[in-house]
Amino acid sequence: MLAKLIKGAAASATLALASALPAQAVDLQFYFPVAVGGGAAETIEALTNEYTADHPGVNIDAVYAGSYQDTITKVITAARGGNAPQLSVALAVDMFTLIDEDLILPFDDFIKTDEDRAWLNSFYPAFMENSQTGGKTYGIPFQRSTPVLYWNKAAFAEAGLDPETPPATWEEMVEMGKKLTKKDANGNVTQWGVRIPSSGFPYWLFQGLTTENDVILANADGNKTNFDDPKVVEALEYMVSLSKDHGVMEPGIVEWGATPKAFFEGQAAMMWTTTGNLTNVRKNAPFDFGVGMLPANKRRGAPTGGGNFYLFKGTSDEQLSQAVDFIKWITAPEQSAKWTMATGYVAPRPATWETETMKQYAKDFPPALIARDQLEFAVAELSTYQNQRITQIFNDALAAAITGQKDAATALAEAQAKADAILADYR
Amino acid sequence: MQKRQWIHGWLLVLPAMVFLLLFTHVPALTTIWNSFFSTPRGRRPSRFVGLDNYDRLFDDPVFWKVLGNNLWFALGTIPVSIALAIVMALFVNRAFTGRSLVRMAYFTPTVLPLIAVANIWLFFYTPGFGLIDQLLGAMGFGQTNLLGSPDTALAAIMAVTIWKEAGFFMIFYLAALQSIPPQLTEAARIEGADGWTIFRRVTFPLLMPTTLFVSINAVINSFRLVDHIFILTNGGPDNASSLLLFYIYETSFRYWDTAYGATLTVVMLALLCLLAIGQFFFFDRKVHYK
Repeated sequence: MLAKLIKGAAASATLALASALPAQAVDLQFYFPVAVGGGAAETIEALTNEYTADHPGVNIDAVYAGSYQDTITKVITAARGGNAPQLSVALAVDMFTLIDEDLILPFDDFIKTDEDRAWLNSFYPAFMENSQTGGKTYGIPFQRSTPVLYWNKAAFAEAGLDPETPPATWEEMVEMGKKLTKKDANGNVTQWGVRIPSSGFPYWLFQGLTTENDVILANADGNKTNFDDPKVVEALEYMVSLSKDHGVMEPGIVEWGATPKAFFEGQAAMMWTTTGNLTNVRKNAPFDFGVGMLPANKRRGAPTGGGNFYLFKGTSDEQLSQAVDFIKWITAPEQSAKWTMATGYVAPRPATWETETMKQYAKDFPPALIARDQLEFAVAELSTYQNQRITQIFNDALAAAITGQKDAATALAEAQAKADAILADYR
Repeated sequence: MQKRQWIHGWLLVLPAMVFLLLFTHVPALTTIWNSFFSTPRGRRPSRFVGLDNYDRLFDDPVFWKVLGNNLWFALGTIPVSIALAIVMALFVNRAFTGRSLVRMAYFTPTVLPLIAVANIWLFFYTPGFGLIDQLLGAMGFGQTNLLGSPDTALAAIMAVTIWKEAGFFMIFYLAALQSIPPQLTEAARIEGADGWTIFRRVTFPLLMPTTLFVSINAVINSFRLVDHIFILTNGGPDNASSLLLFYIYETSFRYWDTAYGATLTVVMLALLCLLAIGQFFFFDRKVHYK
């Protein structure tokens, strides 16, 4: 009886609401991570508010979900509990994990017009490599990055090097590194030549080296890795030799988080880190600095990185099409330009770089263009099924070689065997 | 009358019991249950696998590595932090100017959240321009990389833990010291005992109940305190500073291998039970309750 009463009341309330509003309100929930400093969260909020102001009847609940790691944990937990958000930004490399958990939908289901198809084809191909598999698109590039080389022009001048020319090859990086490494009277190093951080997720910057050595770490289906390829071994030997043989890099695991600070303090004359740090370095470096592409070996190269938009299962088609509409809007050139300038992330569509605001920004601050130009040489970030576990196995192998516990070939062969054991299920 | 008392008793126990059942016993039992199944993935439901997960555990080098690390971690942190706690408690149990200030200083690490504190320690340990390296540099030593080297990473984590724990244990010892009747030490002094003998024969034995309590807590903490690892090393390099609980977190919430996570948790629960029971038996003969 009571249940009936409540049902009746609910039904009439819905009717009343439906007649009061022009169209039924669409509620969307949107999780986003923040991985860099600055006004990333505020910019997302501002953009979301702008969209809802233009689209009455749409409510977007933008939820700041912590780091990338926290966000994926929260999204998976919420989805398992039946409360999946409609859309979320998460690491591009978690695509296979989300497919494996059966939580996301391909965007192809919502692409109907030619205009939609043109939109899907308007992103840099380097970014789409981590967003498509099996002929379907599961991710839309949003906060994407790539590693670049930052160098201290003052230190270059002091060492008698041309302050405007960064190293172009691996050999040059070692030679310049030797000139840039300074020691005090006791023989202790006060300034290292180069700093390639290796804590937390060493695989990412290391992938810069493997790509330059012309080898891909995992296939596009995400079920086979090439960790024991001789070219990967060679890249790791080069990385180890920087501190072991050439003495141009700090030995042991080099902390990722302290890297910009070490650069500002003059502890390292060159550093490899994400373009996401561009605004940070611009604000805090007490000297003139340059930004360049990573040095080449067999070819130029770098991985891409960062987060994509994903669409989650479990809600109505109406909500999902609205979510796709929102994603189209926020990746449009004007909005995307605002986002890039606020954070330093690489705008994922060539069209964004054609806007007046971006042209002006690039004119004032030419280093912003380096990352874009490097995209031509960039490849997909290492991504497989059971991605977190596979990358951790790879990270452990890199750490073992960097700290001298194992030689590069042994460490990588072991990692490949472990990865094979896990990925065999997915072939 | 008798019956009403019985109901009354149950009602009093009920709130605590409900929460214990809901948040401790039921999850513990489901964990054991889950450890016999495979991990459900979206496209593959979980199925009964018997002891497969335990087989995998015995062959998992990372498991043995983190278990060994945990053993060293416990051996390194528990005796040192308890000894430090006793020394600090004895020190601040005397009358001197600024006593409250010193007591507060010793207790501060306990009040601060471990995550925040770990960020400060991260700066101490930073190679090149961190506090430790600046001090060493002033003395003419070269750069260290305590967190980035497999030989020192675990020790660096242990130092933070000892610093965090000793002050907390000191409070218990301080309370215990103040409850020891002063006549006992006075009597011992009249008998001609020196300070060390008084401590060894009178004070320390009377502190045994506290030592039992503190050491059980310390053992539990040595399996429980992993917050700072997330900040300082993330278990690296190559699992050199990873502990059992940290590995459980990684397995369950990073790799989403919940079944294997459950298996690891069962091992940890069993270990903790054994240790707690062992401690009660081991200390039983040495603890003098009043």
